[in-house]
Amino acid sequence: MKTIRIIPRLDIKGPNLVKGIHLEGLRVLGKPEDFARYYYENGADELFFQDTVASLYDRNSLHDIITKTAKEIFIPLTVGGGLRTIDDIKNVLRAGADKVAINTAAIKNPQFIREASLKFGSSTIVVAIEAIKGSDGKYLAFTDNGREYSGLEVVSWAKKAEELGAGEIVITSVDKEGTGEGYDIELIKSVSEAVSIPVIAHGGASTPQDIVRAIQFGKADAVTIASILHYSVMQSFDSVSSDYKAEGNTSFLNSGKIPKKITPSSLNEIRAALINAEIPTRI
Amino acid sequence: MQKFQQEYNMIISQKKILIIDYKSGNLFSVNQALTNIGLNVLISSDADDIASADAIVLPGVGAFGDAMKNLHNLNLVLPIKQAVESGKPFLGICLGLQLLFTESEEFGYTKGLDLVKGKVKRFNLNNSEGESRKIPQIAWNKINRINDNTWNNTPLQDIEDGEFMYFVHSFYVEPEEPVGLSETNYDGQNYVSSIQKENIFACQFHPEKSAHEGLQIYKTWASINNLI
Repeated sequence: MKTIRIIPRLDIKGPNLVKGIHLEGLRVLGKPEDFARYYYENGADELFFQDTVASLYDRNSLHDIITKTAKEIFIPLTVGGGLRTIDDIKNVLRAGADKVAINTAAIKNPQFIREASLKFGSSTIVVAIEAIKGSDGKYLAFTDNGREYSGLEVVSWAKKAEELGAGEIVITSVDKEGTGEGYDIELIKSVSEAVSIPVIAHGGASTPQDIVRAIQFGKADAVTIASILHYSVMQSFDSVSSDYKAEGNTSFLNSGKIPKKITPSSLNEIRAALINAEIPTRI
Repeated sequence: MQKFQQEYNMIISQKKILIIDYKSGNLFSVNQALTNIGLNVLISSDADDIASADAIVLPGVGAFGDAMKNLHNLNLVLPIKQAVESGKPFLGICLGLQLLFTESEEFGYTKGLDLVKGKVKRFNLNNSEGESRKIPQIAWNKINRINDNTWNNTPLQDIEDGEFMYFVHSFYVEPEEPVGLSETNYDGQNYVSSIQKENIFACQFHPEKSAHEGLQIYKTWASINNLI
């Protein structure tokens, strides 16, 4: 038996949980601690925190959020965003993360993967790959939230990352991210079949059926999900607490509007869809 | 919103639980979980601390060979063996389970602590149907009773047969003595996922990352050993 992991993804900006489209145009959704606790209580298999600005402005307010979360939440926590040195990794693990996701630093210096996996263990090191489909149909690896082309082709980079000691790969389709157009099945499949380490699919889910397809046809070993889960939680939260301090665009949150293509779905609804498709899950 | 709270509210125990720090992996989460259930936890790589502790925890992630090398370099092999022989409660987690065995087949053969007879083996790259298997196993998986094993008076006694636990590993143990408490099947490979041998309880999965049910295992372990 091999169970598929469902991993809520929390994009963090300063003290807030945010969500964008194509990794850009961030909107404030609420407090990450509230969402994290909610997902834990509702059977999330892991949590994935991504600092959306650290790689640009060197901000590490994520540490506080992780420390608070790790004290009360007993499932694996992965943290990504702006981790460039062994010390950066050490600090985020010390704050309470179990795994780290690295992208830009790994592409700039692939030996960083080897160094980090030898120091902290392969299973601690997740290599994040942001993919954009080129005009010739080839997938190219990007950094800095899909802004900078790395010069690398995705599948060969994934293989290289495995060889250097990565424990897992999270593959993001920048083209699909936040759009609700469904996962890029071809992308996920090409990576998952090329490596023997687990592959986590990210970017584009609009319905539980999209997730089923990413697993059945894309051969994903895990999925990380943001929009459809977060909007479902927001519908279930009564209101934003009064001590909430927003940074950025909160008018969206107050409006209650949800992007058209997104079907808000709870963890239970996603799990039910997987079970219906005979995909083993926990619980 | 519900405020953050402790999973279990209780008075902190006076018993001293020692997590052995041998530079193999992150001790944060094990410490958090044991503290959360009310245990008085100390992290140390000092032989005197091991000798004076009421219970010992051996965690760890990463490579078997490196871990054994670290234990030797820190002069911890003998103190650990003495602690086990003294009869004090001993908890091994993940690599901390594997290190208890005779040897590992990682990169040829590496000798372990030899407190449990048996080998540590790597998952085959292909499953029984010839399909490639994802290694490491990074997944929630079921722990099942072995034969008529009841789990009574073991740390698993309050857990249901077939409960899900969180696993991260490329190697598994194959005991050569009847110490298996639970078994797990990863993509066709059946293996022992926890053991009990006298005062030793050790598991391949990570209770500290296995939500409420995982914490329950630590709580039961502490309670049957009179640590809380």
